[in-house]
Amino acid sequence: MGESLFTKVWNMHKVKTLSSGQDQLFIGLHLIHEVTSPQAFAMLKERGVKVLHPERTFATVDHIVPTKNRQRPFQDELAEKMLAALESNTTDYKISFFNLSTAYQGIVHIIGPELGLTQPGMTIACGDSHTATHGAFGAIAFGIGTSQVRDILATQTMAMNKSKVRRINVSGKLQKGVYAKDVILKIIEVLGVKGGIGYAYEYGGEVIENFTMEERMTVCNMSIEGGARFGYINPDQKTFDYLKGRKFAPQGEAFNRAIRFWKSLASDPDTHYDDVVNIDVSDMAPMITWGIHPGHALEVSKSIPALNRFSVDEKATAQKALEHMQLKEGQSLLGQKISVAFIGSCTNGRISDLREAAQFIKGKKVHKDVFAFVVPGSVQVKKQAEEEGLDKIFEAAGFSWRGAGCSICLGMNDDQLVGDQVCASSSNRNYIGRQGSPTGRTLLMSPAMVAAAAVKGELVDLREVI
Amino acid sequence: MANEIKKITGRALRLAGDDIDTDRIIPARFMRCVTFDGLGKYAFFDQRFDSKGKALEHPLNTAKAEDSPILIVGRNFGCGSSREHAPQALYRFGFRGIIGQSFAEIFAGNCVSLGFPAVVIEGQSYDDFIKTFQSDPDSSVSIDLEDQLVKISGKKFPFQMPQSSLKSLLDGKWDSMAELLSNKEAIEKKYQELPYLNQFTGV
Ligand code: SF4
Repeated sequence: MGESLFTKVWNMHKVKTLSSGQDQLFIGLHLIHEVTSPQAFAMLKERGVKVLHPERTFATVDHIVPTKNRQRPFQDELAEKMLAALESNTTDYKISFFNLSTAYQGIVHIIGPELGLTQPGMTIACGDSHTATHGAFGAIAFGIGTSQVRDILATQTMAMNKSKVRRINVSGKLQKGVYAKDVILKIIEVLGVKGGIGYAYEYGGEVIENFTMEERMTVCNMSIEGGARFGYINPDQKTFDYLKGRKFAPQGEAFNRAIRFWKSLASDPDTHYDDVVNIDVSDMAPMITWGIHPGHALEVSKSIPALNRFSVDEKATAQKALEHMQLKEGQSLLGQKISVAFIGSCTNGRISDLREAAQFIKGKKVHKDVFAFVVPGSVQVKKQAEEEGLDKIFEAAGFSWRGAGCSICLGMNDDQLVGDQVCASSSNRNYIGRQGSPTGRTLLMSPAMVAAAAVKGELVDLREVI
Repeated sequence: MANEIKKITGRALRLAGDDIDTDRIIPARFMRCVTFDGLGKYAFFDQRFDSKGKALEHPLNTAKAEDSPILIVGRNFGCGSSREHAPQALYRFGFRGIIGQSFAEIFAGNCVSLGFPAVVIEGQSYDDFIKTFQSDPDSSVSIDLEDQLVKISGKKFPFQMPQSSLKSLLDGKWDSMAELLSNKEAIEKKYQELPYLNQFTGV
């Protein structure tokens, strides 16, 4: 019987079985940021423990970074304090830190791949739930809590239970105007927000294979929204081509040896999966969310289901969602007015996302009632976009062009919704209060859909305007 | 360093609702901090206070909340972000155990790392438990880890929890660092074996 990539990589990294029965798993790459690491460093200091392999941890600052004025000290004292803590911790423990002044700062899940730190066959952990993004390269990548950040700093390992593996085959041919973001929202709509608990998702099938690395990252990114802690895609020639020549990728002869290793990791053809799901995406329209979790998703051409269509389990949450969103059952979202349009985040803040949105925006104007802005996922993405003139296209249309960071994806900096504003957002979470205002309303969709909504001032079916 | 956790007993507070995410448990704007100290007062902040800071009706705003070590929740509690700030906020608010119908995976794991058991009562048994609780909401509830039962008003409800979590709480090894550290040799050996840490030689 063949083995899945998940099992191969897991076994390769298993150090020991612990007394609890959990596995002690070696972590090949550890990424940290300013929000979930300071308490971990404090615990190390308190116990007088060193960082075992500082060369396998890399730091960036992303969540609290202001996107307009990045001058130090920040106006927000608390944000300044968090960055200062990361600066002193990384200095004290000799950890590489891609700080604001470097050419490599950005959202942790964007910079890992673009620097070639993220590679097939690694175990990658970060105190951040969207770490599965790196799974697009055939890595076992997952989010952890602060106590585990501490454990990895101290031991380069952590205690963990192995998950089951669900293979998700995505087949068909996407319509124009339908993107990777729509595919993952569809998967979550079908399998639910709890469907992935206890599972690693292995995405495959022709649609996934045809996706670029950036599109694959968008899919893996939102695995956690479906309840799955891991999401990955078997590495192939696209993976290798993407990595070639990147700063931390193997160089020269080592790269050729690496490819041999990477190829051996892909799931065997006769792998037995714990579960297999097939999804055909040929006829699907662009997706949007209407509620308060990412499973409240639907094709934009359809209407919000009637309440009695929800299972007993889901009904109360759906009811709460309608109240919060000020929507009614059976209602269509087309024509829903928006007041903020956000393009960015670790789901859709990469260069290809900005290109798609810019292509739509070119020569058009943002609606007068909408505040629209673009936050590139990293300094490198921003620079590339500026070289291509995308910033000019966005600015000419009335978008604000910002510095790299997480921004209003979670509203930890000063980019926040006000009152019950409606935001068309290319990010990944629509939880109540997520974008900084307790009454704010978030609609998730692809970057091109956000661009279209920004122009019209209301939600549109992208297929009808391109 | 860690303590053995065998039983949590006391009054319980019920927070109804499913799919309560960590953004609701602790809104991101309160995570602008470098320690977990003081997070307790921000637990469920946006549900407990309006935009002017006026207290709203909420279970955590009641007098009972102050001496209830047990929190009762619904399904898929703690979904969303991996922030350990969420269990920390609940722990620092004063809770010592949580009973729910299901938990998000990262959240449940984070709870164990704090010595804060999150236990699951499944299906019909959960409904019966809620009924029993509602008939006398001030009665003492106990989460008995040794017997793997939740006990209330003379009734017993079996609970689920990953065996590894249960064992590490009972053995006082929920703080995983010491045991991980004791395997340093095996860790170094692994480092020497992994192709990508060794220039991919020997593959
Ligand atoms: S962009 Fe959003 S989801 Fe991604 S790491 Fe930042 S806050 Fe988290």
